[in-house]
Amino acid sequence: MIYREAGQYKTSYAADQAIFPIRQDRIGIALILVVAFGLVPLVGSQYVLSTIMIPFLLYSLAALGLNILTGYAGQLSLGTGGFMACGAFAAYKLTTAFPGLNILIVLFLSGVVAAGVGILFGLPSLRIKGFYLAVATLASQFFLVWLFTKVAWFTNYASSGVVSVPPRAVFGSIFVTGNESTPAIKYLFALSVVSVLALAAKNMTRCSIGRQWMAIRDMDIAAEIIGIRPLHAKLSAFAISSFYCGVAGALWGFIYLGGFEPTAFNIDISFKILFMIIIGGLGSILGSFLGAAFIVVLPIALSNGPAALGLHLSTALVSHLEAMTFGGLILFFLIVEPHGLARLWRIGKEKLRLWPFPY
Amino acid sequence: MRKLLLTAVTLSGLALSGAGDLGMARAEDGQFFGLLPYRTGPYAPTGIPFADGVADYIKLLNERDGGIGGVKILTEECDTAYNTDKGVECYERLKGKGPTGSAAFIPLSTGLTYALIERTVVDKIPLSTTGYGRTDAGDGRVFPYVFTVPASYWTGADVAISYIAQQEGGFDKLKGKKIAFVHHDSPFGKEPLPVFEALKQKHGFQFDVFPVAPPGLEQKAVWLRLARQVKPDWTIMWGWGVMNATAIKEAAANGYKVDHMIGVWWSGSDQDTIAAGDVAKGYKSLAFHAPGATFKVHADIKKHLYDAGKGVGDPAAVGTVLYNRGLFNAVVVTEAIRTAQEKYGKKPLTGEQVRWGFENLNLTPERLAQLGVEGFMQPFKVTCADHEASTAIRIQEWDGKAWKFVSDWIEPHRDMIRPMIEASAAKFAAEKGVTPRKCD
Repeated sequence: MIYREAGQYKTSYAADQAIFPIRQDRIGIALILVVAFGLVPLVGSQYVLSTIMIPFLLYSLAALGLNILTGYAGQLSLGTGGFMACGAFAAYKLTTAFPGLNILIVLFLSGVVAAGVGILFGLPSLRIKGFYLAVATLASQFFLVWLFTKVAWFTNYASSGVVSVPPRAVFGSIFVTGNESTPAIKYLFALSVVSVLALAAKNMTRCSIGRQWMAIRDMDIAAEIIGIRPLHAKLSAFAISSFYCGVAGALWGFIYLGGFEPTAFNIDISFKILFMIIIGGLGSILGSFLGAAFIVVLPIALSNGPAALGLHLSTALVSHLEAMTFGGLILFFLIVEPHGLARLWRIGKEKLRLWPFPY
Repeated sequence: MRKLLLTAVTLSGLALSGAGDLGMARAEDGQFFGLLPYRTGPYAPTGIPFADGVADYIKLLNERDGGIGGVKILTEECDTAYNTDKGVECYERLKGKGPTGSAAFIPLSTGLTYALIERTVVDKIPLSTTGYGRTDAGDGRVFPYVFTVPASYWTGADVAISYIAQQEGGFDKLKGKKIAFVHHDSPFGKEPLPVFEALKQKHGFQFDVFPVAPPGLEQKAVWLRLARQVKPDWTIMWGWGVMNATAIKEAAANGYKVDHMIGVWWSGSDQDTIAAGDVAKGYKSLAFHAPGATFKVHADIKKHLYDAGKGVGDPAAVGTVLYNRGLFNAVVVTEAIRTAQEKYGKKPLTGEQVRWGFENLNLTPERLAQLGVEGFMQPFKVTCADHEASTAIRIQEWDGKAWKFVSDWIEPHRDMIRPMIEASAAKFAAEKGVTPRKCD
């Protein structure tokens, strides 16, 4: 009843091609943005901002990157952690070598470095597919983490291999890293970067390059016959995906951890992000966010649950209950909708349009 | 449906009966102390005895003395599962609880320590990392909120070499000797390398490094090369978790003499040697506190807690190495709170006030005797500049059933290590743009 596009006429191509063709969606997204930019930093406690919202945003960004590669271009990858490490260490090297460089430029350049490495590790994708490619990208995960552990130059010869992030400001004295910064500023910074990159990703998937990726994903031979260059399409997917992962990794190290070591980007993080896009929805921008929310926020909510309900349980029991409930919910959602939470949302929308008179 | 209902009822029953009040802060007034144990996850076997040691000691203070200076200690545990992200979340959750926020934190994980160093400066909460974490944090001018009492990996490495020299008959005998270093390939394992390099230059022994990729279940190649090709006179090991038992077993399997292996204090717990089996007999490790349950504090814990049915963990674990390490940690933090109370009064204190207590902590032999831990640990004194207090360290040996001391307390070479710590801290300060505070 409320969610219906009847009466909304599109009188121009631009209106027809809009990201959100339905007015209710536009209002909804505007509301979400207002809440995210305005209300959350005002109302959210330090705990909410720094341990829930910032990790959620950064994981979303990394999931977005992997979704471009795996969800849109169909190239299964387990190298996400490696590309994130690449971005983080590139950002660290850049910002310590050129302390005057603005953090935004550092982030962009670290994304570019990660993209370059991504192209390099994407080369095998021209020959191998599917699970075999996943194993090939696994090599990048292990190789890159090993490289940053082994070569002391990357950590500026820190004896233990842990680097600490120097304080850096975006404009003037608005610090986004280090002790001068506040969780609210860090959150807003992460949110801005993620918003811009998400918008870019959405548009990329809607234009020629995104269609090339999807053609390759759906049937690479057919795509080649109709004139899509697999080399161009696959490597661009690797490059852009790695760019996103690199920026996410740099932000993860810089604004979330504050000091990091190569093992912060181990295989666990790659799996975690792969699970996010599988649960959230392959080939969906929204799915990346839903998946990240599911994997990051839900366990925290579950571990806070018993205390919030007034139950006094032993520490170990709370932890075990959390793992059990979380596992159960993953199974539940994958059985109910194997295509992920994004598909569930789409079905909900379809139903809503017919409500209250479904036929 | 009925089945579902039944499950739900059983689950909630389980939940309600589950070890009731353990580690939960009550609404009453007191000094809050947030705990970050790992009772689940891959490292739980080592995390549980440590967590029980801390919890038991605090419970003992509450039961026997009514807290510290009459102020009850409220604790709440948040399980980190030895996962840094979860640990940070737990830290953020607990730091502001209680009337004045958490008095201090014991992260018990190198990764989590590094993640918390910056946060604790902002939140003004002391971080107590006993024998792990960042070595150069012993410089209190650069790291005002981190305390690394009573030892660091650098003093540990130095004492290990001193012990080898003792056994070989003097430092001059070290020349030409072969010493191997097997380490967990992580910041934790790499931390002592600078000291070994410096000592190698000084004494002229041959030094071979063997990194082991975490978690360390696969070490065949390392021990094959070490035991058959390099054949070192002594082997020093910096391992953690499952790596330790695997290393001892592999060493024995390859014919290497286990009694010439010295582990760091994280490679010398009952969990490691029992898992390795009979071959572990004679294996040695560094220790900054005593093993065993022979001290007065253990008798008190038995009398006031376990005999009254109020003990937190398994009674059999009392006196094991990691349980004792938990006790040690609890003693340090609670004594810091007590010291701070002398200045700020007997009331719940903030993290910043407790930091003053840490910086003025002076555990004299008399004080240790009063606490019932005489001979359990070395007396030490923390100052504003020296957050490590570098106490002497002993070597303990596994006799097949229990850990026993086999050396006297060995003093580290502070005159060599302290300048290294200060240089490293200064480098950190320069990179971070931190101005070291004045300490006089």
